[in-house]
Amino acid sequence: MRPPPIIEFKNVVKRFNGLTVLNGINLSIYQGEITAIIGKSGTGKSVLLKHIIGLMESDSGTILISGNPLSEMGRDEKRRFRRELSYMFQENALFDSLNIFDNIALPLVENRHYPKPEIRQKVQTRMQQLNIEGIDHKFPSELSGGMKKRVALARALVTDPNMVLFDEPTTGLDPIRKRNVHHMIQSYQKQFGFTAVIVSHDIPDIFDIAQHIAMLDNGVIEFEGTKDDVFSSRNPLVKSFIQDVDQVKK
Amino acid sequence: MLVNLISRIGYRGIRNIISVGRMTLFFLSGVKNCFVYPFQLPKILDHTWFIGAKSIVVIILTALFTGMVLGLQGYYSLVKVGSEAALGSVVALSLVRELGPVFTAIMITARAGSAMAAEIGVMRISEQVDALVTMDIHPVRFIFSPRIVAAVISFPLLTALFDVIGIFGGYFTGSIMLGVEGGIYMDHVISSVEIFDINGGFIKAIVFSLVVTATCCYRGFYTHLQGHEAIGARGVSMSTTNAVVQSCVLILISDFIITYFLV
Repeated sequence: MRPPPIIEFKNVVKRFNGLTVLNGINLSIYQGEITAIIGKSGTGKSVLLKHIIGLMESDSGTILISGNPLSEMGRDEKRRFRRELSYMFQENALFDSLNIFDNIALPLVENRHYPKPEIRQKVQTRMQQLNIEGIDHKFPSELSGGMKKRVALARALVTDPNMVLFDEPTTGLDPIRKRNVHHMIQSYQKQFGFTAVIVSHDIPDIFDIAQHIAMLDNGVIEFEGTKDDVFSSRNPLVKSFIQDVDQVKK
Repeated sequence: MLVNLISRIGYRGIRNIISVGRMTLFFLSGVKNCFVYPFQLPKILDHTWFIGAKSIVVIILTALFTGMVLGLQGYYSLVKVGSEAALGSVVALSLVRELGPVFTAIMITARAGSAMAAEIGVMRISEQVDALVTMDIHPVRFIFSPRIVAAVISFPLLTALFDVIGIFGGYFTGSIMLGVEGGIYMDHVISSVEIFDINGGFIKAIVFSLVVTATCCYRGFYTHLQGHEAIGARGVSMSTTNAVVQSCVLILISDFIITYFLV
């Protein structure tokens, strides 16, 4: 039997200037799984992700973290929870005035107060694992799109998080690099055992790495299930979305 | 129509009050975090280098020509009443009390303040500020607090430099070009400037440092809240322009208030 979800959205609503972006979201995210959130552009997928990490707060509804409402958590409890998370931004959000080493080391230097040799060792280990050694002194502007993604992933993983949130991690990459990033996420998720939530447009590629898929449309979760459930779904919205994507690919 | 006008004025008023409140909280949070351990010494040194050391050339140039103009104008005004010997007093007091702190602050605003607003604005629109939040790093502490300390260190030092170079500029035009006895010029400088004048200039420099960093960092930090017409690169350019204009206006207003209480 499946354990209870680590994160649960219950009727979460979010509006911006009178426009309802999330209109009663119900979603469960399970420990140790890769959950993919799919849907058309502008349906609020990134907004949903930002609610988990606390960059946005819902207008109504509840987000439960291991059964406890996020809104009722104290400041220290929220900080403890946030320290277990990492977020990989769509455009990487690397600090262009810092070199690659300092970018990756930043969360360790600023928060965790490790001794310098330990920080160096942790950063170099991650750089080796992601095949980005030897670029310590370069700046983000000197790297290719794929390299930047790997640096962003290294920064997200350097704190050994329990959960990593990926906001369209393959945007702007060519098909080969997209596949590499997916493979990278999958293999590191297996290696480190973190829970992953991925907002993605890469259909059907994302189905190969995600154990749990949720489709967002018009501010609500229209579908939740596995890859097989997606293809056998009779939900007209899911069918039409998959068909649209297929047509565009062809 | 009248209702429309009143509601628009009311909306703007509320928006401005919210903005002032937000800026006050931003400022207080930044100042509070200057005293939170561990102190951010490498960042403070880095920003002191950028705000202070890199402004030295522009301060020397501005101060030299300001002093030279003061020397020229002062000489031709004083010679009419036969008091050209007092040129040293006029130049030194004008610089130490007023022009030194004000011009230094305006020049640093133009050089470093605009850069601060633009850099932080770019950090905001490229989600670097959000990235700090996701890494549980206090963005105000990370971005604003080291700049406050760096500015509080740099402004008085650069003001002192401005005063000294400006006095030399006055000496150059007054004594070397127009023939006022050098010894008399310097004697008037030394005898007229009191410690009270120097302290007043430094108080102004410290207040201006807080005004400039708070305004420029705030404008950059909240680039995304300027409305629909100010998104992306346009938003950053608007933040930078607003930061410089508002800093200059606030420098002059605070200068008047401090002078009122000092004299």
